[in-house]
Amino acid sequence: MSGFVDWIDDRFPLTKVWNEHLAKYYAPKNFNFWYYFGSLAFLVLINQLLTGVWLTMSYKPDAALAFDSVEYIMRDVNWGWLIRYMHSTGASAFFIVVYLHMFRGLIYGSFKKPRELVWTFGMLIFLALMAEAFMGYLLPWGQMSYWGAQVIISLFGAIPYYGEDIALWIRGDFVISDATLNRFFAFHVIAVPLVLVMLVFLHIVALHKVGSNNPDGVEIKKLKDANGVPLDGIPFHPYYSVKDIVGVVVFLIVFCAIMFYVPEMGGYFLEHANFIPADPLKTPEHIAPLWYFTPFYAILRAVPDKFLGVIAMFGAIIVLFLMPWLDRGKVKSIRYRSIVFKVAVAVFVISFTALCWLGMQAATPTNTMLSRVFSISYFGFFFLMPFYGWFDRNKEVPERVTDK
Amino acid sequence: MKKIAAVLMLTISGWAAASSGIHLDSASVDLTDKASLQRGAKYFVNYCMSCHSAKYMRYSRMARDLGMPEQMVQSNLMFTGEKIFDGMTVSMNPKDATKWFGTPPPDLSLIARSRGSDWLYTYLRGFYQDDSRPFGTNNIAFKDVGMPNIAWELQGVQKAIFRDETDSDGIPVKIFDHFEKVTEGSMSTEEFDKAVNDLVSFLEYVGEPGKLERQNLGWKVILFLLFFLVIAYALKKEFWKDIH
Repeated sequence: MSGFVDWIDDRFPLTKVWNEHLAKYYAPKNFNFWYYFGSLAFLVLINQLLTGVWLTMSYKPDAALAFDSVEYIMRDVNWGWLIRYMHSTGASAFFIVVYLHMFRGLIYGSFKKPRELVWTFGMLIFLALMAEAFMGYLLPWGQMSYWGAQVIISLFGAIPYYGEDIALWIRGDFVISDATLNRFFAFHVIAVPLVLVMLVFLHIVALHKVGSNNPDGVEIKKLKDANGVPLDGIPFHPYYSVKDIVGVVVFLIVFCAIMFYVPEMGGYFLEHANFIPADPLKTPEHIAPLWYFTPFYAILRAVPDKFLGVIAMFGAIIVLFLMPWLDRGKVKSIRYRSIVFKVAVAVFVISFTALCWLGMQAATPTNTMLSRVFSISYFGFFFLMPFYGWFDRNKEVPERVTDK
Repeated sequence: MKKIAAVLMLTISGWAAASSGIHLDSASVDLTDKASLQRGAKYFVNYCMSCHSAKYMRYSRMARDLGMPEQMVQSNLMFTGEKIFDGMTVSMNPKDATKWFGTPPPDLSLIARSRGSDWLYTYLRGFYQDDSRPFGTNNIAFKDVGMPNIAWELQGVQKAIFRDETDSDGIPVKIFDHFEKVTEGSMSTEEFDKAVNDLVSFLEYVGEPGKLERQNLGWKVILFLLFFLVIAYALKKEFWKDIH
């Protein structure tokens, strides 16, 4: 066996890669609950890729056949219903774990120096994921697929002067049509997954260059033993590989409970109106994107001017990219930051959740007013970021990680 | 952590509660009650399938799932010479249908998934006399629907009694109060409700024929995962005992 590994190692850095990224990659020993979501996001990515490949075997990217082919998968393909539900539940699960993963980075300051690029690659993954989910949602060719895409693409029409031409260029037609479905299919199954996998690779390479942050926000590389091993570090494999398996199993229990018993999740994972075939002549009463887009959709609707609304919506995502440079505080972890920062995070969580809910509701005057308030507090959280550091003087950051 | 979980739970239950429209009566759907589903199938082919298809539902699959021999399905539920593996389609020309009803009757394969069984149960029992409509009937769950009350022989004819109220903006509105029988049908109200419940159960089955299979598999998978969780946790404990 070792002869074979030597043979490989002479030609390919197998042992070197294994050691650098698993067996001798030293991670802080104090990871808590919030540190499961990175490996879970990876698990869901694999799930989406595999189930996606199998769905593609029976799906027909054709406006006349798409809806029928999904029902064919649900009814006539062996285990087709399971594969489809794994994919549809996986889509929402992806956003749940990614949002929690991002929130972890936010509260423990994992986006700060020297991890700015880890965060930037992560944000690019988030962008690609949104594109992937948006285009994938058109494929079942239900009413919400059709009208959701119609609403979102028409947003590009708000761009002054070139808007309508850009929207036309994206659709490939004057309305959402077979041409749109075909190109979205191409992007959903080839282009965006390739980009996603590449970005995930870069995200992990960047992370392993600088090392993982931890709930105390302490740099474990500062204190090393005689062999150059961080005092507070433990090899990722086997310690975190076995720990992450526990997280994976717990996640799968929740995932399976939803998938086997409430796959529509009351209309939040699979919208009821999407069980009606797309009808270009019949606009549904209430068009709402899926829950993971609604915070940004609420911000869009909160702004009275359509073009400014589009800018605000994209701005809500762009501010996330800027976080490493907006937060001037030296202290990383929320554990050692001031009450000001803690309150700000709480306000941010409330704003994001409220916007998520408001984005699903009809735009009544009260809801619009609430959306405006929460949009302001959402942006406020980021724009006040340069000042949070001023208050971080009350607690000492420890030298070593703590046991908590 | 617990606080966050509690907030999440509250938010989710808040979403689930947020729905609009009229009060819906609850259907009691039991997909394991094959006799009920078989009666529902009978009502469906006799009353619905003159106009509505369920094109994704194959007769053969229905025969197998509902525990009916194919021969029986062929002689009792198939009238126009289809093959047993065909979908439940109708021969009504959509152009004619548009002329007669204003819109072609929709395929009902997924109606239980888009509308929900409670809505269907309320809708099918909700036709009432309204002489302003082309067929002389209106519906309490679907105002000015193009469909006539196909079950009037069974249900009889009823009229809707409204009461006057003012809404939150102070505008007077008519709120539906109850139905009053005008003429009796061949079924009593209880019998008719039960028949509609059978039909709704059948539509629920048609919406996702694999639903029972899914639910029967789910707990086994979860049970395995729980068992595996014990092992995974023990493994983690064993590895981590020397980390302080």
